[in-house]
Amino acid sequence: MANMTHTMTGAIIEAMQGGLPLTSRPFVQIAERVGTDEQTVIETVRELRTAGTIKRFGVVVRHHELGYRANGMLVMDLPDESVETIAERLAEDPAVTLCYRRPRRPPAWPYNLFCMIHGRDRVGVQRKVDALLIANDLQDRESCVLFSRKRFKQRGAIYVSSDTAAEANIDG
Amino acid sequence: MDEFDRRIINTLQGGLPLCEQPFASLARELGTDEQQIVARISKLLDDNVLTRFGPLYDAERLGGALTLCALSAPPEEFEEIAGKVNAHPETAHNYEREHALNMWFVLATESRGRIDEVVTEIESETGCRVFQFPKQEEFFVGLKLDA
Repeated sequence: MANMTHTMTGAIIEAMQGGLPLTSRPFVQIAERVGTDEQTVIETVRELRTAGTIKRFGVVVRHHELGYRANGMLVMDLPDESVETIAERLAEDPAVTLCYRRPRRPPAWPYNLFCMIHGRDRVGVQRKVDALLIANDLQDRESCVLFSRKRFKQRGAIYVSSDTAAEANIDG
Repeated sequence: MDEFDRRIINTLQGGLPLCEQPFASLARELGTDEQQIVARISKLLDDNVLTRFGPLYDAERLGGALTLCALSAPPEEFEEIAGKVNAHPETAHNYEREHALNMWFVLATESRGRIDEVVTEIESETGCRVFQFPKQEEFFVGLKLDA
């Protein structure tokens, strides 16, 4: 991906990193900025989406402003041989908004699966967690819910350099 | 924000149609017109309900790196340490959580190696050991936030 901004694809990625223009033909504006035509931009975006470079195309919602005032990070210590199967099942549950496998850091941190649960308040989050653990027969596993107390910063990470332009939606 | 805004957000979470006039296409889907849609989205952005409208890139595919990190800050120094962590432009967000590891933040950098550098900087500035929890596997959860 070196020298990406020197390619048309890189230029398009960079031109869209601040967001899409809110106009009738937004891809025309992007095309004008990078010196190509609308169809090239639309095709490039489609290819980037198929390749997974664009994870999705749409909005970044601020959970807090939508009334989801609480979130809990449910973490579990699951056997390495079954963590994937269990995680795939948990990810399907409507309560789970993010689900990642991450390394343990013993002895400080024995957990290897992280699920984010959003709720209107703390009680709501706890209720969802309890139901989730019971439904998946995980009540006896070592687990913990880390409730959020204060959010200091939330932004999409934007980082631009001479040869890389990337934006990522980050949560959790 | 009203019921119609919620419908727009829910529809947008499913993704924007990739065509010449995406807002007109969205408007047809929602039974309104293009100007209405554009005006509503602008307002939601102005009101900070939406932070951003456009493509969400996979940073790792673009060569960048993201890592979830945590540290244990002594309660009386929490604010001060949070200030030092947040002063790094690489810190994307930071939550105080209820646990011995009480500060959880995400670092986003242009390269994998830069993560370790920032971690070392934070450790020396704060005197706290930073644990890194890079994602090993992501399980697809779909889009189900009912706005």
